[in-house]
Amino acid sequence: MASTPEDLSYTKDHEWVRVEGKQATVGITDHAQQQLGDVVYVELPKVGDKFEAAEPFGTVESVKAASEVYMPVSGEVIEVNESIVDSNEKVHPINADPYGRGWMIRIKIDNPAQVDALLTSIEYEDYVKEEAPE
Amino acid sequence: MLKRTPLYEAHVSIGARMVEFAGWEMPVQYSGHVQEHMAVREAAGLFDVSHMGEIEIRGSDALALVQRVTTNDASKLQDNQVQYSTITADDGGVLDDLLVYRINAEYYLLIVNAGTTDSDFEWIQSHADGLKLEVHNTSPAFALLALQGPRAERILQQLTDHMLDLIPYYWSQRVLVDSLDCRVSRTGYTGEDGFEILCHAPDARHLWNRLLVTCFDQGLIPCGLAARNTLRLEAGYRLYGHDMDETTTPLEAGLGWVVKLAKGDFIGRSALVRQKEEGLKRKLVGFEVLDRAPARDGYPVVIGDKQVGAVTSGSPAPFLKKNIGFAYLPIEHTSVGTEFFVVIRGRNVPARVVETPFYKRSRKFD
Repeated sequence: MASTPEDLSYTKDHEWVRVEGKQATVGITDHAQQQLGDVVYVELPKVGDKFEAAEPFGTVESVKAASEVYMPVSGEVIEVNESIVDSNEKVHPINADPYGRGWMIRIKIDNPAQVDALLTSIEYEDYVKEEAPE
Repeated sequence: MLKRTPLYEAHVSIGARMVEFAGWEMPVQYSGHVQEHMAVREAAGLFDVSHMGEIEIRGSDALALVQRVTTNDASKLQDNQVQYSTITADDGGVLDDLLVYRINAEYYLLIVNAGTTDSDFEWIQSHADGLKLEVHNTSPAFALLALQGPRAERILQQLTDHMLDLIPYYWSQRVLVDSLDCRVSRTGYTGEDGFEILCHAPDARHLWNRLLVTCFDQGLIPCGLAARNTLRLEAGYRLYGHDMDETTTPLEAGLGWVVKLAKGDFIGRSALVRQKEEGLKRKLVGFEVLDRAPARDGYPVVIGDKQVGAVTSGSPAPFLKKNIGFAYLPIEHTSVGTEFFVVIRGRNVPARVVETPFYKRSRKFD
């Protein structure tokens, strides 16, 4: 079973968001990394890049497939996790610790109202069950 | 409705992730893609490839039909010998690649791709007029397991009295495995030593479980289609429908070694003779991406500022730890060392033509 921490917000594209005031940290969910499998390569934006909500901001590639990662809310990139780009660890941080060391970017949120539209952990779990009944 | 192999329940019961493949519901992964890939390189892996088709040709004219519909020279085969070959259309385009088993002079068994089994069967039947033989699609009666890896022989030997080291590469033998009637061949699609075990469908579940349970402590694990694909790519094997199809000839696909123009007439021969005389205009090459971003199937291939084709198979190679692939390039750009670009998310990423196979196992068995 994939873990879905209660203190985070989620998107239907399988990103998680940790909102801290006007800033947020973004990564992909445990469910997403399980579906992808062994991550071998990550492409991230540059600090200062601006994206609208639902725009792709990066790519996570496993051995099997390339997968785009989408902006949960509109905002500006203020920090990127370089350690996941150059990782040579046996198990990639996105697979090993998707909500921790596997974080992808930190952003400055343009419009806090967009945060309200994100899914709660329970809503996200329900969504995953609907999407792929096991 | 997707088809299921006799091992479907066995896969689901051990938590395989099932996907649609060529009309079948197949296990893509069990414990993990990379783990399964490495197990085959370093120990052993067990694959269910029962989706592949079996077509039997039996009768006094069996050889004549095999010679008519395949490009390799089956007259060279002895009883129990196996041969890699292709089926080509009149224009030389590849309809399938396959293994031809000579069981005896009047009995040939063809093992073909899952997605082309029905069309192959119709094609072969439609060219059997006037010949004394019968063609049967016996696929539902059989299951096919692939046991691959440096420990494959040692593992299989525990379940049979037949001396497996007497079966050379690309030979087969009717053998009792755990008292069950099987045809075991030293063949595979991974670049490792190993066997393909053709058994009667009702026996598949017993064999599968017996192998996995008995040999778990020797590093044998079940492997899915994801690992099968990266293993075959590292080993330089073409995948039908990706690296070749009806729009490409075996000569362009680099399979000239299974096209025996001197064996006599066969379907597609005159087109292939013409292509050989005129010279190839393009050829399938193996390449390595000179960047950390992997190339994927379908990504455009660019030389100068002109798109010349697309990646036909592209993936990170788990054992080689490189990004590799196949693509068709204009013939003047196919020599080893030639550089070109693969377009990855709008970016021109450099790649280089390399020798294939990308991976070659050391000759010594474990």
